[in-house]
Amino acid sequence: MDFLRPASWEEALAAKAEHPTAVPIAGGTDVMVEINFDHRRPDVLLDLNRIGELHDWEVGEDTVRLGASVSYTRIIENLRSVLPGLATASHTVASPQIRNRGGVGGNLGCASPAGDAHPALLASGCEVEVASVRGTRMIPIDEFYVGVKRNALAPDELIRAIHLPRADGPQQFSKVGTRNAMVIAVCAFGIALHPSTRTVRTGIGSAAPTPIRAKAAEEFLAAALEEGGFWDNGKIIPPAVARQFAELVSGAANPIDDVRGSASYRRHALGVMARRTLGWTWDEYRGNERSARCA
Amino acid sequence: MDGTSEVGLRINGKPFSRVIDNRTTLLDLLREQAGVTGPKKGCDHGQCGACTVLLDGDRRVNACLLLAVSLDGADVTTVEGLADGDRLHPVQQAFVDHDGFQCGFCTPGQICSAVAAIAEARAGWPSVVTPPDTPPGPVEPTAAEIRERMSGNLCRCGAYVNIVAAVREVAR
Amino acid sequence: MAGTTRTPTNLTQGAKADAGIGASTLRPDGTLKVTGEFAYSSDMWHEDMLWGFTLRSPHAHARILSVDTSDALAQAGVYAVLTHDDLPTEHKKYGLEFTDTPVLADGVVRHHGEPVALVAADHPETARRAAAKIKVEYEELPVVHDEASALAEDAPLLHPGRDDHHAHEVPHPNIVHRQPIIRGDANAAARRADVIVTGEYEVGMQDQAFLGPESGLAVPGEDGGVDLYVATQWLHSDLRQIAPVLGLPEEKVRMTLSGVGGAFGGREDLSMQIHACLLALRTGKPVKIVYNRFESFFGHVHRHPAKLWYEHGATRDGKLTHMKCRIVLDGGAYASASPAVVGNASSLSVGPYVIEDVEIEAVALYTNNPPCGAMRGFGAVQACFAYEAQMDKVAAELGMDPVEFRQLNAMTQGTIMPTGQVVDSPAPVAELLRRVKALPLPPENQWESAGQTADVRALPGGLSNTTHGEGVVRGVGYAVGIKNVGFSEGFDDYSTARVRLEVVAGEPVATVHTAMAEVGQGGVTVHAQIARTELGVQQVTIHPADTQVGSAGSTSASRQTYMTGGAVKNTCEAVRDKALQLGRRRFGTFHPAWATAELLLEGGKVVTDGGEVLADLADVLGDDVVDLELEFRHRPTEAFDIVTGQGFGHVQYSFAAHRAVVEVDTELGLVKVVELACAQDVGKALNPLSVVGQIQGGTTQGLGLAVMEEIIVDPKSKVRNPSFTDYLIPTILDTPTIPVDVLELADDHAPYGLRGIGEAPTLSSTPAVVSAIRAATGLALKRVPVRPEHITGV
Repeated sequence: MDFLRPASWEEALAAKAEHPTAVPIAGGTDVMVEINFDHRRPDVLLDLNRIGELHDWEVGEDTVRLGASVSYTRIIENLRSVLPGLATASHTVASPQIRNRGGVGGNLGCASPAGDAHPALLASGCEVEVASVRGTRMIPIDEFYVGVKRNALAPDELIRAIHLPRADGPQQFSKVGTRNAMVIAVCAFGIALHPSTRTVRTGIGSAAPTPIRAKAAEEFLAAALEEGGFWDNGKIIPPAVARQFAELVSGAANPIDDVRGSASYRRHALGVMARRTLGWTWDEYRGNERSARCA
Repeated sequence: MDGTSEVGLRINGKPFSRVIDNRTTLLDLLREQAGVTGPKKGCDHGQCGACTVLLDGDRRVNACLLLAVSLDGADVTTVEGLADGDRLHPVQQAFVDHDGFQCGFCTPGQICSAVAAIAEARAGWPSVVTPPDTPPGPVEPTAAEIRERMSGNLCRCGAYVNIVAAVREVAR
Repeated sequence: MAGTTRTPTNLTQGAKADAGIGASTLRPDGTLKVTGEFAYSSDMWHEDMLWGFTLRSPHAHARILSVDTSDALAQAGVYAVLTHDDLPTEHKKYGLEFTDTPVLADGVVRHHGEPVALVAADHPETARRAAAKIKVEYEELPVVHDEASALAEDAPLLHPGRDDHHAHEVPHPNIVHRQPIIRGDANAAARRADVIVTGEYEVGMQDQAFLGPESGLAVPGEDGGVDLYVATQWLHSDLRQIAPVLGLPEEKVRMTLSGVGGAFGGREDLSMQIHACLLALRTGKPVKIVYNRFESFFGHVHRHPAKLWYEHGATRDGKLTHMKCRIVLDGGAYASASPAVVGNASSLSVGPYVIEDVEIEAVALYTNNPPCGAMRGFGAVQACFAYEAQMDKVAAELGMDPVEFRQLNAMTQGTIMPTGQVVDSPAPVAELLRRVKALPLPPENQWESAGQTADVRALPGGLSNTTHGEGVVRGVGYAVGIKNVGFSEGFDDYSTARVRLEVVAGEPVATVHTAMAEVGQGGVTVHAQIARTELGVQQVTIHPADTQVGSAGSTSASRQTYMTGGAVKNTCEAVRDKALQLGRRRFGTFHPAWATAELLLEGGKVVTDGGEVLADLADVLGDDVVDLELEFRHRPTEAFDIVTGQGFGHVQYSFAAHRAVVEVDTELGLVKVVELACAQDVGKALNPLSVVGQIQGGTTQGLGLAVMEEIIVDPKSKVRNPSFTDYLIPTILDTPTIPVDVLELADDHAPYGLRGIGEAPTLSSTPAVVSAIRAATGLALKRVPVRPEHITGV
């Protein structure tokens, strides 16, 4: 196994162009598991740790540019107010040790449906900045996951950053595991309210071949909120609406039975998480509105 | 290239350099090449924490999930590097005094993790219940805080109650 | 590094004179363990050593048509490749109770992960790659995976031509052992019952999941023998099984215990021991084998999964009339400890209750599932889950408080067990329940904090943020259990201790040498305490455990403090007598008390029972060394009658009770155990700190079985989750506060009146948690671990 340690982004792109099968490695928290147990034997590893800019983030007026290797720990520490959904999801990632190393770029690179960041990324409506020697392109997160553990990257491309809209409303993340810490998701759900566009976005993890959005649920909810004037009157969402939203989230999933849980449980649990997280985000939205009015 | 690289790092303050197979994890380098066998291989995939070491100060990581060759120039502290001569590190002493272990296999990782957890809490790193608008500052080491911050280290003997007591004593 | 650089060392601890029994002295190996210096089996190292690797079967049941090792042998760096054909003697099998387990597969593989071939190479990676080049042609065979398929008319016989000691009495050759127990007349008694309650229960396959995987180092000796450094629970049992396979006399297989990273029953059977020795003897080089976590799941036996059918009757006023039960344990492909597990499951199936009319049957099956054997609680865990569920159910049927109902039927000293054995030491079952119930309950809604978001750490789901209180219901449940201590059923159970007393640098020093496996239980701490108490010395050295001294028996069955502790006490007493003889010879003429008084050794001096100092122990000893090795036995037991199950089968019983407080997210089916309080009678706490640690540890493992731990085996008998990603054990966030109330009622038959303690808390923890979940949800919950699906019903 060859080990390449590019010192700059340009060198990294050149290396990836020369060795399209090279496996990029940053925190190593996914790749190393496969290497240790011989499930994967890459000819070339491309170590991105020397590229400082991948560990940087930048909070702009509307978006946060998050370097691919920014650790979950740093996200929790520094980006909780601007990326609350992703920060909450980050807190559920494995263990403190792994959160010190792992980052969103790795989750995206592996594109495992169980990656904890995906539901929050989908709910935020971010874009993934990928690059090769041929140039840079932005992949909308909705187009990023293309199959089981497959993403939209070309063989010569690397993930450089994630551009996430700054939260314009409450966001939540919730995942089911059968242990109270250090657990892989049986299924997971992310939700983001976008009051500025009066839309709602969602993300579902571990309940389909890829991370997915529950689009029918989003559309239903947006319409119901609009129709009832809820964005303006800040009333409590009627239980029937929340129930319907939850059912549509359940219906969006296409889960399987495995050792971690049954398909029917996953569907059920997604509905419960959808209803609860909607309640939490809406309560927060109403609270914010109230305090904004008082101020 | 022949799949090997030269790597140089500091282990418990002492320089160590060696030509190694690129596939070598930090844990294997420590245990098999540097003779530093404190960090333990309990699962080899980041799920038990027995290999926890401190990187570049007090950032805790699982040594089984790091390629040694990517750590050229790094500073690694293992459980062997914590004591001051014959005087145990306060966390080590607290684990002895509170019987924070039985078989002791997880202990090197628990202790490194605890050293980092205490530093993180003192530095005000947020926990899961810290509201986003809280100004940075030391976190009160309650039992719940310690449990959260130590949740990446398994102890099969079930000495957790005593581990909480040991960490709490030092964190105060 | 040269020679065997990392080997076990003496543990020397000086302590104050009050650091005898009853004091919470600290572990003599504690400093080594917190500094990383303690040498575990996986830390063993030798110059020029090779690495062994085991090729395992991908199938649960298959015929091996051919094995081609030529490509593996041809690989650079490979020193040896061994298969069944290379075994050096006609002894090609081993086993704890039956000699039924092939050292390497003998033409058939009977479970997923069975060892087929061995490789020794100069690097672990080389060995692993070479093993992958061994070509094995398999023809898959139908699998036996449950009772129906094991006993079907056309069932394949897993061990045709059995010649073990149970072969002639089992109803079917795929039954390892069957133990009925009949006492009184259950059918007649059932006619007195006002209510009859039946239930069917199931216990999943739990893994010991000790954190230090199987490992060891075999070093060939110049005399043709071998030195083996290994983590095990019983050196001499290993030795008895290893030596014949190697074709060596036992004295040429020198075993030394290296650091043991937990055991819990999983190291009672052999794993890599014979394999490493075979490779070392073949290559003439030291060979180290270390399993990784994946392999460890195949490298040791697990807790028997069980199906249990129970019937209890009771009168309207709450007295149990009778009990019938049938317990089917899945022993997997090889017998391991299955016969003894059957003995425990049957003889303890009634629980700590008085029921005079019983009909009991327990069996263990041979199947193609992973072999099962010893795990903390050993047959009593499975039964306790079922009978405690039944107790709640009968109490509910009668409209009685479940604790009062248990207390009304609780056994006491003098109760006759279903086996006819009279319980002849304290059995404070009702008192333990009273104590655990009397503890204050933890406050409710601990996740709520003023004006802030919910503290998810105190809620079901924990850090995963699944509820902020929605759907959460509290439940409280109780359970109590009974476990035997020591080896039962007529087994000649003994321990050996060698104690040496001498003067070093002017001070009397005791050295304790046993073959006891210290696996974390704190046996070495207790041995030093006993030596201090009995010999009045401060300095005690614990010699590494090895086979240069007689057997200490197994570190299992809650027996080591009783047995090897008893042996150390016994030997110390004899050493003391010898020292006093020396004293009489040297100083007897100076003081009449030497001849007339009861003499003790205290604080390094010879004193009379009146407290008068006669001499310094150092002066008494002078240049003499007192060095004795003695065996210690508990009182004899009897086998259970194979038809009626009657017999004085057990040495001692041990009791613990739990109260569990849980909060259940009833919509998502997630559980947070808020508190798990335990009350246990320990007879005499030799080291209160260690006692509490053992109780908390056992409690935590019981919690794991209740809500998360299970090896999942598919219908083709293959293991689906051999990793710590999918076999989950409790983290620190899953483990609640565990208040412990220790009761000390002496058992006059035991050394210091002590009672073995390690296992009892593992029994009642599981049913208490499940009882609490039932209380919260109203569900029947007949299976552990309880999965979210069982609670949500989807």
